[in-house]
Amino acid sequence: MKQRIKLFVNGEAYDIYTETNRTLLDVLREDLELTGTKRGCDSGECGACTVLLNGKPVNSCLILAPEADGQNIVTVEGVSRPNLPLHPVQEAFIEKWAIQCGFCTPGMIISAKALLDRNIEPSEEEIKQALAGNLCRCTGYVKIIEAVKAAAEKVRDGRS
Amino acid sequence: MFNGGAPLPDMGSLPQFEYVEPSTLQHALYILNRYGDSACILAGGTDLLVQMRDGKKAPKYIVNIKKIPQLEGIRFEKEGVVIGALTTVNTIHESKLVKEMFPALHQAAGVLASYQVRNRATIGGNLCNASPAADLAPPLLIYEAKLKIVGADGENEVPIECFFLGPGKTVIERGMVLKEIYIPKPKENTYSIHLKFGERRAMECAIVNVAASMTIEDSLCKDVKIALGSVAPTPIRAKTAEAEVCGKKVDEEVIERAAEAAAKDSRPISDIRASAEYRREMVKVFVKRALRSLLVESNMKDAG
Ligand SMILES: Cc1cc2nc3c(=O)[nH]c(=O)nc-3n(C[C@H](O)[C@H](O)[C@H](O)COP(=O)(O)OP(=O)(O)OC[C@H]3O[C@@H](n4cnc5c(N)ncnc54)[C@H](O)[C@@H]3O)c2cc1C
Ligand code: FES
Ligand code: FES
Repeated sequence: MKQRIKLFVNGEAYDIYTETNRTLLDVLREDLELTGTKRGCDSGECGACTVLLNGKPVNSCLILAPEADGQNIVTVEGVSRPNLPLHPVQEAFIEKWAIQCGFCTPGMIISAKALLDRNIEPSEEEIKQALAGNLCRCTGYVKIIEAVKAAAEKVRDGRS
Repeated sequence: MFNGGAPLPDMGSLPQFEYVEPSTLQHALYILNRYGDSACILAGGTDLLVQMRDGKKAPKYIVNIKKIPQLEGIRFEKEGVVIGALTTVNTIHESKLVKEMFPALHQAAGVLASYQVRNRATIGGNLCNASPAADLAPPLLIYEAKLKIVGADGENEVPIECFFLGPGKTVIERGMVLKEIYIPKPKENTYSIHLKFGERRAMECAIVNVAASMTIEDSLCKDVKIALGSVAPTPIRAKTAEAEVCGKKVDEEVIERAAEAAAKDSRPISDIRASAEYRREMVKVFVKRALRSLLVESNMKDAG
């Protein structure tokens, strides 16, 4: 069965004609060629496919394409735009060397951004909780947590 | 060795199905009755999509019920709280009302899966999927929640104790929808807690899940409820353990006896996560921790 759906991704509207048994992750990567969002496990375990759905982080591999019809989505490509400065979370990941192979990074960035959107002063425990659904096979967690702390500081400085 | 660009092994694509999105409960019931066993309800999809990918389920019709507004939300009613089946685990975790009235439910909602999964996972899906390890089940058992189920013949209220029949099995039959969960407000001087024990701290099915509530007045236990998850074919109440505590002055000896009884109430299996023996030991440990913690909480309240 095929269905027409409308998606708002990173501020742009898309009309897509898709099989209903495809996921939001399939559509983002294959139809919109937004390959920043990664496919690790396709079953909700790894968090590499994390995107914001109406502002909340979710696993795009666990959402059917038709379920996303009419919804607002932000992928890692939309966290900042070409020619604009990077988001504080992105800056901090670079400065703190929180990236090794980079496969988990888009999901980490989205989860961390979502955390700072709801809490600009997260404790280490709160950071760990927020990132518990994002696995890093390079196990670079120490640097990642440092980066999120640094990003929180940047966000706070930017606001004050 | 590098396989020369051959496609990666299939991670299990989703089988074909017809997708329907009713906007009223009535329409959903009509569709479910018409398509019977070939239809499957989709709530958050965090269990269903994984099962479909694993080839465990292949429904011909997927009925997304998330467009039915009346199935969602938390409200105060009849000296208790009503939680719509579609309410997400994160919404429950973040609800002040739930945190104040039902701390064990608040705690359980905070340790289910990951933040991303909790944004999709619903309370209805957690119960209807009927995993012995379902995190929200033990708290709802101690609070003696009632589940409102609707079918073609009308509404039915089922105490949660009668809801689970076995792994993946509940009293919900084809054509029925879990509509909402009613939880009566606990009595005065009641304390409750949920403890989850897994191998890792996050993203883990529990090895043992314990929820307990105690109504304590002057160290005297007026009422007690203990529920266990992951140690029987369904989440269960540990009633012999409760009998060891109820009506007694709670001390270390009583707690010890209750823990022993709880281990006997459990019927664990050995699986990839733990052996039956280990699980029974962990039941003891976590029942003790839970009861001690409730006792301390009540003493603090008395002192303060
Ligand atoms: C990575 C990962 C980690 C997880 N960790 C945990 C964990 O730690 N603890 C835990 O308890 N669970 C865990 N789960 C399982 C799952 O997230 C929960 O059980 C969740 O609450 C299911 O809700 P859902 O809305 O996603 O259900 P769905 O997948 O939509 O539905 C589950 C089943 O219930 C039926 N159903 C749903 N709603 C209704 C209704 N209102 N009436 C009748 N039938 C209905 C569906 O037809 C389906 O068969 C995990 C899942 C994943 C992917
Ligand atoms: S690809 Fe979605 S969680 Fe792993
Ligand atoms: S940097 Fe390699 S998976 Fe995290």
